[in-house]
Amino acid sequence: MDFMILSLIKLGLVLFIFMTALAYIQWIERKVIAHVQLRVGPKRVGPHGLLQPLADVIKLITKEGMVPSHVNHVFYYLAPFVAVFFALIPISFIPFGQANVKIPFTDITTNMELTDLNIGLLLILGLSGMGVYGIALAGWASNNKYSLIGGLRSSAQMISYELPMALALVSPLLMLNTVSLRELVNGQEGFYFNVIPRWTIFLMPAPQILSFIIFMIAAFAETNRVPFDLPEAENELVAGFHVEYASMKFAAFFMAEYANMVTVCSVATLLFLGGWHPIVVPAIGDWIPALVHIGGGAICLYHGLVQPARKWDNITLPVFGVAFIGAGLLFCIPIVQQLLAPVFWFTAKLLILLFVFIWVRATLPRFRYDQLMRFAWLFMFPLALVNLLITGLLVAATTN
Amino acid sequence: MDAILFFLFATLTVICAINMVLQRHPISSALSLIGVMGSLAVLYLLLGGEFIAMAQLIVYSGAIMVLFLFVIMLLNSGAEPKRNRHKILLFLGAPLLVILLGLVGYFIQTQIPANEMVKFGSWESGPGKPAFGSPQNVGMSLFTSYLLPFEITSVLILIAILGAIVLARKEID
Repeated sequence: MDFMILSLIKLGLVLFIFMTALAYIQWIERKVIAHVQLRVGPKRVGPHGLLQPLADVIKLITKEGMVPSHVNHVFYYLAPFVAVFFALIPISFIPFGQANVKIPFTDITTNMELTDLNIGLLLILGLSGMGVYGIALAGWASNNKYSLIGGLRSSAQMISYELPMALALVSPLLMLNTVSLRELVNGQEGFYFNVIPRWTIFLMPAPQILSFIIFMIAAFAETNRVPFDLPEAENELVAGFHVEYASMKFAAFFMAEYANMVTVCSVATLLFLGGWHPIVVPAIGDWIPALVHIGGGAICLYHGLVQPARKWDNITLPVFGVAFIGAGLLFCIPIVQQLLAPVFWFTAKLLILLFVFIWVRATLPRFRYDQLMRFAWLFMFPLALVNLLITGLLVAATTN
Repeated sequence: MDAILFFLFATLTVICAINMVLQRHPISSALSLIGVMGSLAVLYLLLGGEFIAMAQLIVYSGAIMVLFLFVIMLLNSGAEPKRNRHKILLFLGAPLLVILLGLVGYFIQTQIPANEMVKFGSWESGPGKPAFGSPQNVGMSLFTSYLLPFEITSVLILIAILGAIVLARKEID
Protein backbone atom coordinates (compact mmCIF):
# COMPACT_ATOMS: atom_id res chain seq x y z
CA MET A 1 0.00 0.00 0.00
CA ASP A 2 2.84 2.34 0.93
CA PHE A 3 4.44 1.45 -2.37
CA MET A 4 1.27 2.40 -4.27
CA ILE A 5 0.92 5.78 -2.54
CA LEU A 6 4.63 6.54 -2.91
CA SER A 7 4.53 5.60 -6.60
CA LEU A 8 1.48 7.79 -7.20
CA ILE A 9 3.13 10.76 -5.48
CA LYS A 10 6.32 10.25 -7.51
CA LEU A 11 4.29 9.86 -10.70
CA GLY A 12 2.41 13.10 -10.06
CA LEU A 13 5.60 14.96 -9.23
CA VAL A 14 7.51 13.72 -12.27
CA LEU A 15 4.54 14.35 -14.57
CA PHE A 16 4.08 17.90 -13.28
CA ILE A 17 7.77 18.78 -13.56
CA PHE A 18 8.11 17.12 -16.95
CA MET A 19 5.06 18.83 -18.46
CA THR A 20 6.13 22.23 -17.14
CA ALA A 21 9.64 21.63 -18.41
CA LEU A 22 8.29 20.71 -21.87
CA ALA A 23 6.44 24.03 -22.06
CA TYR A 24 9.45 25.99 -20.84
CA ILE A 25 11.95 24.25 -23.14
CA GLN A 26 9.97 25.83 -25.93
CA TRP A 27 10.30 29.25 -24.22
CA ILE A 28 14.05 28.68 -23.82
CA GLU A 29 14.29 27.69 -27.48
CA ARG A 30 12.52 30.83 -28.67
CA LYS A 31 14.63 33.03 -26.42
CA VAL A 32 17.95 31.42 -27.42
CA ILE A 33 17.18 31.52 -31.13
CA ALA A 34 16.05 35.13 -30.78
CA HIS A 35 19.28 36.13 -29.07
CA VAL A 36 21.37 34.26 -31.68
CA GLN A 37 19.55 36.25 -34.36
CA LEU A 38 19.86 39.56 -32.42
CA ARG A 39 16.15 39.75 -31.51
CA VAL A 40 14.59 39.79 -28.03
CA GLY A 41 12.11 36.94 -28.48
CA PRO A 42 8.87 36.63 -26.48
CA LYS A 43 8.68 39.31 -23.79
CA ARG A 44 5.14 40.67 -23.70
CA VAL A 45 3.43 38.05 -21.54
CA GLY A 46 4.80 38.27 -18.03
CA PRO A 47 8.33 39.40 -17.11
CA HIS A 48 10.71 38.43 -19.93
CA GLY A 49 7.89 36.48 -21.58
CA LEU A 50 7.95 33.89 -18.80
CA LEU A 51 4.19 33.36 -18.96
CA GLN A 52 4.28 32.86 -22.76
CA PRO A 53 4.13 29.01 -22.51
CA LEU A 54 0.98 29.29 -20.38
CA ALA A 55 -0.58 31.66 -22.89
CA ASP A 56 0.35 29.27 -25.73
CA VAL A 57 -1.23 26.33 -23.93
CA ILE A 58 -4.48 28.26 -23.30
CA LYS A 59 -4.52 29.39 -26.93
CA LEU A 60 -4.01 25.85 -28.25
CA ILE A 61 -6.70 24.36 -25.96
CA THR A 62 -9.35 26.95 -26.77
CA LYS A 63 -8.68 26.98 -30.51
CA GLU A 64 -11.25 25.45 -32.83
CA GLY A 65 -10.05 22.01 -33.92
CA MET A 66 -10.80 22.14 -37.62
CA VAL A 67 -10.87 18.79 -39.43
CA PRO A 68 -10.58 18.81 -43.23
CA SER A 69 -13.29 16.82 -44.99
CA HIS A 70 -10.92 14.67 -47.05
CA VAL A 71 -9.03 12.96 -44.23
CA ASN A 72 -9.22 9.32 -43.13
CA HIS A 73 -10.99 9.95 -39.82
CA VAL A 74 -9.87 6.96 -37.73
CA PHE A 75 -6.17 7.29 -38.45
CA TYR A 76 -6.31 11.10 -38.47
CA TYR A 77 -7.41 11.08 -34.83
CA LEU A 78 -5.24 8.09 -33.88
CA ALA A 79 -1.93 9.58 -35.10
CA PRO A 80 -1.43 12.39 -32.51
CA PHE A 81 -2.29 9.96 -29.71
CA VAL A 82 0.28 7.44 -30.95
CA ALA A 83 2.94 10.13 -31.28
CA VAL A 84 2.43 11.61 -27.83
CA PHE A 85 1.96 8.22 -26.12
CA PHE A 86 5.25 6.75 -27.30
CA ALA A 87 7.04 10.04 -26.62
CA LEU A 88 5.90 10.37 -22.98
CA ILE A 89 6.21 6.71 -21.84
CA PRO A 90 10.06 6.44 -21.95
CA ILE A 91 10.43 9.13 -19.26
CA SER A 92 9.15 6.63 -16.67
CA PHE A 93 12.22 4.38 -17.14
CA ILE A 94 14.84 7.10 -16.82
CA PRO A 95 16.69 7.24 -13.48
CA PHE A 96 17.61 10.77 -12.43
CA GLY A 97 19.24 10.20 -9.04
CA GLN A 98 20.68 7.65 -6.66
CA ALA A 99 18.94 4.48 -5.52
CA ASN A 100 17.61 3.92 -1.99
CA VAL A 101 17.49 7.58 -1.05
CA LYS A 102 16.06 8.22 2.41
CA ILE A 103 13.45 10.96 2.41
CA PRO A 104 14.15 13.42 5.27
CA PHE A 105 11.93 13.30 8.41
CA THR A 106 10.50 9.89 7.41
CA ASP A 107 11.86 6.37 7.32
CA ILE A 108 10.87 5.79 3.70
CA THR A 109 13.58 4.96 1.19
CA THR A 110 12.95 5.19 -2.52
CA ASN A 111 14.74 5.24 -5.87
CA MET A 112 15.01 8.50 -7.77
CA GLU A 113 13.08 7.18 -10.76
CA LEU A 114 9.64 5.78 -11.52
CA THR A 115 10.52 2.19 -12.45
CA ASP A 116 13.81 0.32 -12.44
CA LEU A 117 14.01 -2.12 -15.34
CA ASN A 118 16.91 -4.43 -16.08
CA ILE A 119 16.33 -3.83 -19.81
CA GLY A 120 15.52 -0.13 -19.53
CA LEU A 121 17.68 1.01 -22.42
CA LEU A 122 16.28 -1.56 -24.86
CA LEU A 123 12.71 -0.65 -23.93
CA ILE A 124 13.42 3.04 -24.52
CA LEU A 125 14.91 2.18 -27.92
CA GLY A 126 11.89 0.05 -28.82
CA LEU A 127 9.34 2.63 -27.72
CA SER A 128 11.06 5.54 -29.43
CA GLY A 129 11.16 3.40 -32.59
CA MET A 130 7.38 3.04 -32.35
CA GLY A 131 6.99 6.82 -32.26
CA VAL A 132 7.49 7.03 -36.01
CA TYR A 133 4.05 5.48 -36.56
CA GLY A 134 2.44 8.66 -35.25
CA ILE A 135 4.20 10.77 -37.85
CA ALA A 136 3.81 8.28 -40.71
CA LEU A 137 0.10 7.78 -40.00
CA ALA A 138 -0.49 11.52 -39.67
CA GLY A 139 1.13 12.05 -43.06
CA TRP A 140 -0.88 9.33 -44.71
CA ALA A 141 -4.27 9.96 -43.06
CA SER A 142 -4.22 13.66 -43.91
CA ASN A 143 -4.71 12.67 -47.55
CA ASN A 144 -2.54 15.52 -48.73
CA LYS A 145 0.53 15.21 -50.92
CA TYR A 146 2.72 17.42 -48.74
CA SER A 147 1.75 15.51 -45.61
CA LEU A 148 2.36 12.18 -47.33
CA ILE A 149 5.84 13.22 -48.47
CA GLY A 150 6.59 14.41 -44.94
CA GLY A 151 5.45 11.12 -43.44
CA LEU A 152 7.42 9.05 -45.95
CA ARG A 153 10.56 11.10 -45.40
CA SER A 154 10.21 10.74 -41.68
CA SER A 155 9.87 6.95 -41.70
CA ALA A 156 12.76 6.45 -44.15
CA GLN A 157 14.97 8.80 -42.18
CA MET A 158 14.18 7.22 -38.84
CA ILE A 159 14.93 3.70 -40.08
CA SER A 160 18.21 4.85 -41.60
CA TYR A 161 19.43 6.71 -38.53
CA GLU A 162 18.32 4.03 -36.07
CA LEU A 163 21.18 1.81 -37.30
CA PRO A 164 24.13 4.12 -36.48
CA MET A 165 22.32 5.16 -33.29
CA ALA A 166 21.93 1.59 -32.05
CA LEU A 167 25.51 0.72 -33.05
CA ALA A 168 26.80 3.77 -31.18
CA LEU A 169 24.83 2.69 -28.10
CA VAL A 170 26.30 -0.82 -28.14
CA SER A 171 29.87 0.34 -27.40
CA PRO A 172 29.17 1.74 -23.89
CA LEU A 173 27.09 -1.36 -23.16
CA LEU A 174 30.08 -3.52 -24.11
CA MET A 175 32.37 -1.57 -21.81
CA LEU A 176 30.03 -1.53 -18.81
CA ASN A 177 28.57 -5.01 -19.44
CA THR A 178 24.90 -4.31 -18.65
CA VAL A 179 21.71 -2.91 -20.22
CA SER A 180 20.10 -1.56 -17.06
CA LEU A 181 20.29 2.24 -17.05
CA ARG A 182 20.98 2.41 -13.31
CA GLU A 183 23.80 -0.16 -13.56
CA LEU A 184 25.23 1.73 -16.53
CA VAL A 185 25.47 4.93 -14.51
CA ASN A 186 26.83 3.12 -11.45
CA GLY A 187 29.61 1.74 -13.67
CA GLN A 188 30.74 5.28 -14.48
CA GLU A 189 31.41 6.33 -10.90
CA GLY A 190 34.85 7.50 -9.81
CA PHE A 191 37.74 9.54 -11.16
CA TYR A 192 41.09 8.97 -12.82
CA PHE A 193 43.87 10.72 -10.78
CA ASN A 194 41.05 12.50 -8.89
CA VAL A 195 40.56 14.79 -11.91
CA ILE A 196 39.12 13.07 -14.98
CA PRO A 197 35.68 11.56 -14.33
CA ARG A 198 35.26 7.92 -15.36
CA TRP A 199 32.38 8.75 -17.72
CA THR A 200 32.06 6.56 -20.80
CA ILE A 201 33.46 9.29 -23.04
CA PHE A 202 36.68 9.16 -21.00
CA LEU A 203 36.54 5.56 -19.79
CA MET A 204 39.57 3.37 -20.48
CA PRO A 205 40.36 1.26 -22.51
CA ALA A 206 38.23 2.77 -25.27
CA PRO A 207 37.00 6.35 -24.71
CA GLN A 208 33.66 6.68 -26.47
CA ILE A 209 33.90 10.27 -27.74
CA LEU A 210 33.30 9.13 -31.32
CA SER A 211 30.20 7.09 -30.49
CA PHE A 212 28.88 9.99 -28.39
CA ILE A 213 29.12 12.27 -31.44
CA ILE A 214 27.52 9.64 -33.69
CA PHE A 215 24.72 9.18 -31.16
CA MET A 216 24.04 12.91 -30.96
CA ILE A 217 23.96 13.32 -34.75
CA ALA A 218 21.59 10.37 -35.09
CA ALA A 219 19.50 11.82 -32.26
CA PHE A 220 19.01 15.00 -34.28
CA ALA A 221 17.67 12.90 -37.15
CA GLU A 222 15.51 10.71 -34.90
CA THR A 223 13.79 13.71 -33.35
CA ASN A 224 13.35 15.43 -36.74
CA ARG A 225 15.30 18.49 -35.68
CA VAL A 226 17.31 20.93 -37.78
CA PRO A 227 19.53 20.16 -39.73
CA PHE A 228 17.58 16.93 -40.38
CA ASP A 229 14.04 18.32 -40.18
CA LEU A 230 13.16 17.24 -43.72
CA PRO A 231 9.73 15.83 -42.67
CA GLU A 232 8.55 19.35 -41.86
CA ALA A 233 10.70 21.40 -44.24
CA GLU A 234 8.47 24.46 -44.50
CA ASN A 235 9.88 25.82 -47.74
CA GLU A 236 9.18 22.59 -49.64
CA LEU A 237 6.33 20.89 -47.77
CA VAL A 238 4.38 23.79 -46.16
CA ALA A 239 4.63 22.13 -42.72
CA GLY A 240 5.18 18.49 -43.62
CA PHE A 241 3.24 15.77 -41.84
CA HIS A 242 1.16 18.14 -39.66
CA VAL A 243 -0.19 20.46 -42.37
CA GLU A 244 -3.78 19.41 -41.74
CA TYR A 245 -3.61 19.44 -37.93
CA ALA A 246 -4.75 22.31 -35.70
CA SER A 247 -5.34 23.11 -32.02
CA MET A 248 -4.62 20.31 -29.52
CA LYS A 249 -3.92 17.74 -32.24
CA PHE A 250 -1.11 19.95 -33.49
CA ALA A 251 0.03 20.58 -29.93
CA ALA A 252 0.32 16.80 -29.43
CA PHE A 253 2.90 16.55 -32.22
CA PHE A 254 4.69 19.57 -30.85
CA MET A 255 4.79 18.06 -27.38
CA ALA A 256 5.95 14.69 -28.76
CA GLU A 257 8.89 16.36 -30.51
CA TYR A 258 10.07 18.07 -27.33
CA ALA A 259 9.48 14.96 -25.20
CA ASN A 260 11.56 12.94 -27.66
CA MET A 261 14.32 15.53 -27.38
CA VAL A 262 14.30 15.20 -23.60
CA THR A 263 14.38 11.40 -23.88
CA VAL A 264 17.37 11.21 -26.24
CA CYS A 265 19.26 13.81 -24.22
CA SER A 266 18.58 11.83 -21.04
CA VAL A 267 19.85 8.65 -22.67
CA ALA A 268 22.99 10.46 -23.86
CA THR A 269 23.52 11.84 -20.35
CA LEU A 270 23.09 8.45 -18.72
CA LEU A 271 25.17 6.50 -21.21
CA PHE A 272 27.98 8.84 -22.09
CA LEU A 273 28.14 11.67 -19.56
CA GLY A 274 27.98 9.73 -16.32
CA GLY A 275 24.37 10.40 -15.37
CA TRP A 276 24.13 12.04 -11.94
CA HIS A 277 27.82 11.80 -11.07
CA PRO A 278 29.46 15.23 -10.61
CA ILE A 279 32.12 16.49 -12.99
CA VAL A 280 34.65 17.01 -10.15
CA VAL A 281 35.30 14.94 -7.02
CA PRO A 282 32.19 14.88 -4.77
CA ALA A 283 33.93 16.83 -1.99
CA ILE A 284 33.92 19.87 -4.28
CA GLY A 285 31.15 18.75 -6.65
CA ASP A 286 28.48 18.68 -3.95
CA TRP A 287 28.98 22.41 -3.35
CA ILE A 288 28.80 23.45 -6.99
CA PRO A 289 24.95 23.45 -7.13
CA ALA A 290 24.88 25.98 -4.29
CA LEU A 291 27.61 28.07 -5.95
CA VAL A 292 25.83 28.07 -9.33
CA HIS A 293 22.53 29.16 -7.81
CA ILE A 294 24.06 31.87 -5.61
CA GLY A 295 26.18 33.10 -8.53
CA GLY A 296 23.12 33.27 -10.80
CA GLY A 297 21.24 35.14 -8.07
CA ALA A 298 24.09 37.61 -7.68
CA ILE A 299 24.15 38.32 -11.43
CA CYS A 300 20.37 38.89 -11.37
CA LEU A 301 20.67 41.26 -8.40
CA TYR A 302 23.51 43.19 -10.05
CA HIS A 303 21.62 43.64 -13.32
CA GLY A 304 18.38 44.46 -11.51
CA LEU A 305 19.61 46.94 -8.91
CA VAL A 306 22.77 48.47 -10.42
CA GLN A 307 22.27 48.25 -14.19
CA PRO A 308 18.56 47.84 -15.07
CA ALA A 309 18.54 47.63 -18.89
CA ARG A 310 14.76 47.72 -19.35
CA LYS A 311 11.80 49.30 -17.64
CA TRP A 312 10.71 46.55 -15.26
CA ASP A 313 14.12 45.01 -14.64
CA ASN A 314 14.62 46.73 -11.27
CA ILE A 315 11.56 44.86 -9.97
CA THR A 316 11.63 41.46 -11.74
CA LEU A 317 15.35 40.67 -11.67
CA PRO A 318 15.85 41.17 -7.89
CA VAL A 319 12.90 38.81 -7.27
CA PHE A 320 14.56 36.12 -9.40
CA GLY A 321 17.89 36.89 -7.74
CA VAL A 322 16.50 36.37 -4.24
CA ALA A 323 14.76 33.16 -5.37
CA PHE A 324 18.02 31.82 -6.83
CA ILE A 325 20.03 32.70 -3.73
CA GLY A 326 17.37 31.03 -1.60
CA ALA A 327 17.67 27.86 -3.70
CA GLY A 328 21.45 28.10 -3.42
CA LEU A 329 21.27 28.35 0.39
CA LEU A 330 18.88 25.37 0.37
CA PHE A 331 21.60 23.37 -1.40
CA CYS A 332 23.95 24.15 1.51
CA ILE A 333 21.80 22.15 3.97
CA PRO A 334 23.43 18.68 4.17
CA ILE A 335 20.18 16.67 3.94
CA VAL A 336 18.94 18.56 0.88
CA GLN A 337 22.40 18.46 -0.64
CA GLN A 338 22.55 14.68 -0.40
CA LEU A 339 19.07 14.36 -1.84
CA LEU A 340 19.18 16.88 -4.67
CA ALA A 341 22.81 17.28 -5.74
CA PRO A 342 22.66 14.18 -8.03
CA VAL A 343 19.38 15.43 -9.51
CA PHE A 344 21.04 18.80 -10.09
CA TRP A 345 23.95 17.22 -11.95
CA PHE A 346 21.65 15.09 -14.10
CA THR A 347 19.46 18.09 -14.94
CA ALA A 348 22.47 20.28 -15.66
CA LYS A 349 23.91 17.81 -18.18
CA LEU A 350 20.47 17.31 -19.73
CA LEU A 351 19.95 21.06 -20.12
CA ILE A 352 23.39 21.52 -21.69
CA LEU A 353 22.58 18.85 -24.30
CA LEU A 354 19.17 20.46 -24.93
CA PHE A 355 20.93 23.78 -25.35
CA VAL A 356 23.15 22.16 -28.01
CA PHE A 357 20.00 21.05 -29.85
CA ILE A 358 18.65 24.63 -29.81
CA TRP A 359 22.03 26.12 -30.68
CA VAL A 360 22.34 23.86 -33.73
CA ARG A 361 18.82 24.80 -34.82
CA ALA A 362 19.74 28.47 -34.70
CA THR A 363 23.00 27.93 -36.58
CA LEU A 364 22.87 25.25 -39.28
CA PRO A 365 20.92 25.17 -42.56
CA ARG A 366 18.89 22.14 -43.61
CA PHE A 367 20.34 19.17 -45.50
CA ARG A 368 19.06 18.08 -48.90
CA TYR A 369 17.27 14.73 -48.74
CA ASP A 370 19.80 12.75 -50.81
CA GLN A 371 22.64 14.26 -48.75
CA LEU A 372 20.86 13.13 -45.60
CA MET A 373 20.56 9.55 -46.80
CA ARG A 374 24.10 9.39 -48.18
CA PHE A 375 25.43 10.78 -44.91
CA ALA A 376 23.62 8.08 -42.92
CA TRP A 377 24.53 5.06 -45.02
CA LEU A 378 27.95 5.92 -46.42
CA PHE A 379 29.47 7.82 -43.50
CA MET A 380 27.72 7.32 -40.15
CA PHE A 381 27.00 3.61 -40.50
CA PRO A 382 30.58 2.50 -41.43
CA LEU A 383 32.02 4.85 -38.82
CA ALA A 384 29.80 3.39 -36.10
CA LEU A 385 30.74 -0.15 -37.20
CA VAL A 386 34.47 0.61 -37.08
CA ASN A 387 34.05 2.24 -33.68
CA LEU A 388 32.21 -0.81 -32.38
CA LEU A 389 34.91 -3.12 -33.77
CA ILE A 390 37.73 -1.16 -32.13
CA THR A 391 35.85 -0.98 -28.83
CA GLY A 392 35.15 -4.69 -28.93
CA LEU A 393 38.81 -5.49 -29.60
CA LEU A 394 40.06 -3.23 -26.82
CA VAL A 395 37.52 -4.56 -24.33
CA ALA A 396 38.40 -8.16 -25.25
CA ALA A 397 42.13 -7.42 -24.96
CA THR A 398 41.87 -5.86 -21.50
CA THR A 399 39.38 -8.23 -19.84
CA ASN A 400 40.15 -11.87 -19.23
CA MET B 1 -1.74 -11.62 -12.31
CA ASP B 2 0.37 -13.53 -14.82
CA ALA B 3 -2.64 -15.50 -15.97
CA ILE B 4 -4.77 -12.36 -16.39
CA LEU B 5 -2.04 -10.67 -18.43
CA PHE B 6 -1.54 -13.80 -20.49
CA PHE B 7 -5.21 -14.15 -21.38
CA LEU B 8 -5.51 -10.43 -22.08
CA PHE B 9 -2.60 -10.32 -24.48
CA ALA B 10 -3.19 -13.75 -26.00
CA THR B 11 -6.74 -12.66 -26.87
CA LEU B 12 -5.40 -9.39 -28.21
CA THR B 13 -2.90 -11.26 -30.38
CA VAL B 14 -5.60 -13.49 -31.85
CA ILE B 15 -8.03 -10.61 -32.39
CA CYS B 16 -5.35 -8.53 -34.10
CA ALA B 17 -4.33 -11.49 -36.28
CA ILE B 18 -7.93 -12.14 -37.38
CA ASN B 19 -8.47 -8.42 -37.93
CA MET B 20 -5.37 -8.31 -40.12
CA VAL B 21 -6.88 -10.90 -42.47
CA LEU B 22 -10.38 -9.41 -42.40
CA GLN B 23 -9.47 -5.76 -43.00
CA ARG B 24 -9.67 -4.75 -46.62
CA HIS B 25 -7.43 -1.73 -46.36
CA PRO B 26 -3.67 -2.52 -46.42
CA ILE B 27 -2.86 0.16 -43.81
CA SER B 28 -5.39 -1.30 -41.35
CA SER B 29 -3.93 -4.76 -41.93
CA ALA B 30 -0.40 -3.49 -41.32
CA LEU B 31 -1.46 -1.77 -38.09
CA SER B 32 -3.16 -4.96 -36.90
CA LEU B 33 0.09 -6.80 -37.59
CA ILE B 34 1.90 -4.26 -35.38
CA GLY B 35 -0.63 -5.10 -32.67
CA VAL B 36 0.17 -8.81 -33.08
CA MET B 37 3.92 -8.16 -32.79
CA GLY B 38 3.52 -5.94 -29.72
CA SER B 39 1.27 -8.45 -27.92
CA LEU B 40 3.72 -11.24 -28.72
CA ALA B 41 6.47 -9.16 -27.10
CA VAL B 42 4.37 -9.01 -23.92
CA LEU B 43 3.92 -12.80 -24.04
CA TYR B 44 7.71 -13.22 -24.26
CA LEU B 45 8.04 -10.90 -21.27
CA LEU B 46 5.64 -13.12 -19.29
CA LEU B 47 7.92 -16.07 -20.02
CA GLY B 48 10.86 -14.09 -18.67
CA GLY B 49 12.64 -13.54 -21.99
CA GLU B 50 13.23 -9.82 -21.60
CA PHE B 51 15.83 -9.50 -24.30
CA ILE B 52 13.80 -11.48 -26.84
CA ALA B 53 10.73 -9.39 -26.04
CA MET B 54 12.65 -6.19 -26.64
CA ALA B 55 14.22 -7.55 -29.83
CA GLN B 56 10.70 -8.39 -31.00
CA LEU B 57 9.60 -4.84 -30.23
CA ILE B 58 12.60 -3.12 -31.81
CA VAL B 59 13.08 -5.33 -34.88
CA TYR B 60 9.56 -6.47 -35.79
CA SER B 61 7.17 -3.79 -34.62
CA GLY B 62 9.79 -1.05 -34.86
CA ALA B 63 11.81 -1.57 -38.02
CA ILE B 64 10.18 -4.19 -40.25
CA MET B 65 6.63 -2.91 -39.89
CA VAL B 66 7.78 0.65 -40.61
CA LEU B 67 9.14 -0.69 -43.89
CA PHE B 68 5.80 -2.41 -44.61
CA LEU B 69 3.92 0.80 -43.87
CA PHE B 70 6.41 2.78 -45.93
CA VAL B 71 5.88 0.61 -49.00
CA ILE B 72 2.09 0.63 -48.62
CA MET B 73 2.07 4.42 -48.28
CA LEU B 74 4.46 4.83 -51.20
CA LEU B 75 2.29 2.73 -53.50
CA ASN B 76 -0.77 4.48 -52.03
CA SER B 77 -2.95 1.43 -52.64
CA GLY B 78 -6.60 1.80 -51.72
CA ALA B 79 -9.00 -0.65 -50.14
CA GLU B 80 -9.43 -3.96 -51.95
CA PRO B 81 -12.77 -4.34 -53.74
CA LYS B 82 -15.09 -6.87 -52.17
CA ARG B 83 -15.42 -9.94 -54.32
CA ASN B 84 -18.55 -12.02 -54.41
CA ARG B 85 -17.82 -15.49 -53.22
CA HIS B 86 -20.08 -18.49 -53.29
CA LYS B 87 -21.97 -19.09 -50.06
CA ILE B 88 -21.15 -22.78 -50.44
CA LEU B 89 -17.44 -22.07 -49.77
CA LEU B 90 -18.34 -20.68 -46.35
CA PHE B 91 -20.35 -23.79 -45.50
CA LEU B 92 -17.50 -26.03 -46.61
CA GLY B 93 -14.70 -23.94 -45.11
CA ALA B 94 -15.99 -23.44 -41.58
CA PRO B 95 -16.23 -27.16 -40.67
CA LEU B 96 -12.83 -27.81 -42.29
CA LEU B 97 -11.26 -25.07 -40.16
CA VAL B 98 -12.82 -26.49 -37.00
CA ILE B 99 -11.54 -29.98 -37.89
CA LEU B 100 -8.04 -28.63 -38.56
CA LEU B 101 -7.89 -26.69 -35.28
CA GLY B 102 -9.20 -29.74 -33.41
CA LEU B 103 -6.54 -31.99 -34.93
CA VAL B 104 -3.77 -29.49 -34.13
CA GLY B 105 -5.01 -29.20 -30.55
CA TYR B 106 -5.24 -32.97 -30.21
CA PHE B 107 -1.70 -33.55 -31.46
CA ILE B 108 -0.25 -30.85 -29.22
CA GLN B 109 -2.07 -32.39 -26.26
CA THR B 110 -0.83 -35.92 -26.95
CA GLN B 111 2.65 -35.34 -28.37
CA ILE B 112 4.00 -32.93 -25.75
CA PRO B 113 4.24 -34.40 -22.23
CA ALA B 114 2.77 -32.24 -19.50
CA ASN B 115 6.04 -31.86 -17.60
CA GLU B 116 7.65 -30.14 -20.59
CA MET B 117 5.03 -27.40 -20.63
CA VAL B 118 6.42 -23.88 -20.60
CA LYS B 119 5.40 -21.98 -17.48
CA PHE B 120 5.31 -18.29 -16.66
CA GLY B 121 8.80 -17.00 -16.00
CA SER B 122 10.44 -20.26 -17.04
CA TRP B 123 13.17 -18.36 -18.89
CA GLU B 124 13.99 -16.24 -15.87
CA SER B 125 17.09 -16.58 -13.80
CA GLY B 126 16.61 -18.12 -10.41
CA PRO B 127 18.84 -19.55 -7.71
CA GLY B 128 20.98 -22.13 -9.49
CA LYS B 129 19.17 -21.59 -12.77
CA PRO B 130 20.84 -19.78 -15.70
CA ALA B 131 18.90 -16.86 -17.16
CA PHE B 132 17.80 -18.08 -20.55
CA GLY B 133 16.31 -14.76 -21.66
CA SER B 134 19.12 -12.42 -20.63
CA PRO B 135 21.17 -10.63 -23.29
CA GLN B 136 24.32 -12.46 -22.14
CA ASN B 137 22.76 -15.90 -22.60
CA VAL B 138 21.11 -15.11 -25.90
CA GLY B 139 24.46 -13.83 -27.18
CA MET B 140 26.27 -16.87 -25.83
CA SER B 141 23.98 -19.39 -27.50
CA LEU B 142 23.91 -17.34 -30.71
CA PHE B 143 27.71 -17.37 -31.00
CA THR B 144 28.40 -20.88 -29.75
CA SER B 145 25.72 -23.56 -30.24
CA TYR B 146 23.85 -21.81 -33.06
CA LEU B 147 26.76 -20.07 -34.79
CA LEU B 148 26.39 -21.90 -38.11
CA PRO B 149 22.62 -21.34 -38.55
CA PHE B 150 23.14 -17.71 -37.51
CA GLU B 151 25.85 -17.13 -40.12
CA ILE B 152 23.94 -19.01 -42.82
CA THR B 153 20.87 -16.85 -42.15
CA SER B 154 22.93 -13.73 -42.77
CA VAL B 155 24.11 -15.14 -46.11
CA LEU B 156 20.50 -15.99 -46.96
CA ILE B 157 19.40 -12.43 -46.24
CA LEU B 158 22.29 -11.12 -48.35
CA ILE B 159 21.10 -13.30 -51.26
CA ALA B 160 17.58 -11.97 -50.84
CA ILE B 161 18.85 -8.37 -50.93
CA LEU B 162 20.91 -9.09 -54.07
CA GLY B 163 17.87 -10.71 -55.67
CA ALA B 164 15.72 -7.69 -54.88
CA ILE B 165 18.32 -5.35 -56.38
CA VAL B 166 18.64 -7.47 -59.55
CA LEU B 167 14.85 -7.56 -59.95
CA ALA B 168 14.35 -3.87 -59.27
CA ARG B 169 17.30 -2.60 -61.35
CA LYS B 170 16.41 -0.63 -64.41
CA GLU B 171 17.85 -1.94 -67.68
CA ILE B 172 20.41 0.53 -68.98
CA ASP B 173 20.19 0.89 -72.72
